[in-house]
Amino acid sequence: MPLLDLLPLAASESNLLAAREQMAFTLGFHIVLSCIGVALPATMLVANYVGLKKGDEHALELAKRWSKAMAVTFAVGAVTGTVLSFEFGLLWPEFMDRFGAAFGVAFAIEGIFFFVEAIFLAVYIYGWKRLKPWAHFWSGVPMVVTGIGGAFSVVAANAWMNQPQGFTLDAAGKVTDVEPLKVLFNPATGYESVHMILAAYMVVGFLVASIYAVGMLKGRRDRLHKLGLVIPLTIACIATPVQLFVGDTAARGVADHQPAKFAAMECIYETGPDQTEYLGGICTDDGVKGAIGIPGLDSFLVGWDTDTEVTGLNSIPDDEEPPAHTLLHLSFDAMVGIGSALLGLAAWFAFVWWKRRDIPRTPWFLRAVSISGAAAIVALWCGWIVTEVGRQPWIVQGYMRTSEAVTEAEGIWFSFALVLVLYAGLGTGAILVLRSMSRRWREQGAESVQSPYAPQSEEAP
Amino acid sequence: MSKADAAAAILWVGATFYALFGGADFGGGFWDLVAGWDERGRRPREVIQRSLTPVWEANHVWLIFVLVVLWTAFPPAFSAIFTTLYVPIALAALGIVLRGAGFAFRKSIVGLRERRAMGAAFAISSVLTPFFMGTVVGAIAAGNVPAEGNGDAFSSWLAPLPLLIGAMFVASGAYLAAVFLVGDARRAGDEEMERYFERRALGAAVVAGAFAIAGLFALHSEARYVFDRLTAEGLPLVVLSLLCGAALLVVLRRGGRWPLRPLAAGAVIAVVWGWGVAQFPYLLPTSLRIDEAAAPDATMTIVFIVFAVAAVVVLPSLALLYTLAQKDLLDAEH
Repeated sequence: MPLLDLLPLAASESNLLAAREQMAFTLGFHIVLSCIGVALPATMLVANYVGLKKGDEHALELAKRWSKAMAVTFAVGAVTGTVLSFEFGLLWPEFMDRFGAAFGVAFAIEGIFFFVEAIFLAVYIYGWKRLKPWAHFWSGVPMVVTGIGGAFSVVAANAWMNQPQGFTLDAAGKVTDVEPLKVLFNPATGYESVHMILAAYMVVGFLVASIYAVGMLKGRRDRLHKLGLVIPLTIACIATPVQLFVGDTAARGVADHQPAKFAAMECIYETGPDQTEYLGGICTDDGVKGAIGIPGLDSFLVGWDTDTEVTGLNSIPDDEEPPAHTLLHLSFDAMVGIGSALLGLAAWFAFVWWKRRDIPRTPWFLRAVSISGAAAIVALWCGWIVTEVGRQPWIVQGYMRTSEAVTEAEGIWFSFALVLVLYAGLGTGAILVLRSMSRRWREQGAESVQSPYAPQSEEAP
Repeated sequence: MSKADAAAAILWVGATFYALFGGADFGGGFWDLVAGWDERGRRPREVIQRSLTPVWEANHVWLIFVLVVLWTAFPPAFSAIFTTLYVPIALAALGIVLRGAGFAFRKSIVGLRERRAMGAAFAISSVLTPFFMGTVVGAIAAGNVPAEGNGDAFSSWLAPLPLLIGAMFVASGAYLAAVFLVGDARRAGDEEMERYFERRALGAAVVAGAFAIAGLFALHSEARYVFDRLTAEGLPLVVLSLLCGAALLVVLRRGGRWPLRPLAAGAVIAVVWGWGVAQFPYLLPTSLRIDEAAAPDATMTIVFIVFAVAAVVVLPSLALLYTLAQKDLLDAEH
């Protein structure tokens, strides 16, 4: 690849960069689909439950449509998830070689959850017509549990990379003993996994609501659309305020456990008390440029006291400092900013609903909801950028550098290019298929909606 | 049996399930590929689609199971395999992406041209993926993966034995699938399709058998350790596989309504375990033994617990799924 010769990198550095970019890209792609896998089942089952309890055929129709959409996203997610497990070996073989015995445990547990979810998803999706209505509803419930369990175990593995513990190394650096419970329940597991599970519910809630908000803005103001907006939005609105608390706890956890990451995401250079909280801006070695600074707030947020000492980047050895401070800082700010804006949207919706059992009348509400799904996804990506880029140069904080973990295989840039093309096709394909499904439903018309349980619905308890 | 050996047995159980269900799944794609253009291939494609749709995802989770057990219980083996055989592994991954996407999108797409393209992606990758996986297995058996990893990226698998095993994977998947599809067509009372897949099962059995015999010769010259054990300790399993295969041929020729699936499955299971016995005690013959690659005891304990939970939770769920599918309570159109 002649173009690569222009990059002033040694071969090994070039491999590392390519591997990191490929991993980041494939993870970023997969994480959106995982969110759908984690949180859409609950959303779907709420609609299904409402439909069965109240004999509401619109709600049942929504549940059925969402399950069909999930058949597509789950299939794509299963594929991109498989790619990730291949990438562990293809991109980071030394990492797996040294630490697979320790943190592989979390994936083994996740595997079970995923397996069960795949099985019951199949029963649920393909069982609409011929299973009894309540039996069909209950066949979906395991998905909710396995979605949460799976997210917990995978994030526990990531949390372990941030806060490794529960293993003993011999002189050669080989893992000789493992304490699986300590691996799974490392100090970062609690806040990271809850943060991610709530994020999944926010992404799905706002995303599904945004689809129906767009429809309503186009004048499709039927009951189906309103229900399709209200159900997921309610779920997102419950998750959002809790998320702000959890996120706040997570940030303090990072400040405690990974001071270098915290310093970079807050753009703090000099260690000391009374740190300014910077909003926006560019991080330079001479301090922050172009930011809005709130004196003392950063220290206050870390320890409820402006005297709290916070570690700055200048106290971190150069070779242990995360790269791309501005990226980290702005990603963190964007995540928090979007989260706060979504909280505002949730409060607006909750207030108006409480007052008069309806959504706000102004089109500005629908406009806000229609971009909330994309905004939630951006916040999700920003959060993962902070987590992953912020841990660099480590792959296992304090134990193994990412540069030690990367493969020596050639052609990683080539595989990255191939992955880009392939995933562009995958993403386009998934969106086209989902759109064509939605067009078909629209052509059938909301009025023609019949209970998907048609022949059996009279027997339903 | 040591903990490490037990973990290796679990790995093999996963590989067996994947060979059976994943193999049949790939085989379904193979018959889709050779079913002929549009109208001619419509009926067999429908049968294939109907029987694959509800179960294909679950079929493939066994691959994840195998990967996870390998990297958790035997990390050095995982790393050695992936740093040596990254070319066929990456190509298999590419096939998995195309196959999953093709299958998922095909059902939901209306336009004929797009549907054809998706169908082609599904069918072609159904052949390439098991082929490359077979070359990985063949390269391991041939001892071309050094324990320390980073073996030769091409000569390790571009050799007669790995290529033959790759072809055998494709053929035995096709054979399994055809036998399963005979059963599905019977259940649907579709005699024409029953005959159709019976003929194909017969053909695939002969081809798979031919590859297996050629493979034995290649084993003899390229993988002497495995060959010697296969023809000694592994001999009963080889014989069992041959008996199952022969019995199936007879049953198919006679056209009787005998149970076909247990025989087909038996032939494949015997081969997978024959391979395991022949490699023992090596994970990577003859450079990495099971006990040398093994993770610490506590990790193995967790692997056992996970396996026990899988047996208690996953297997019954899977049985439920297959039962519902076989009783036609799952409707592939929805």
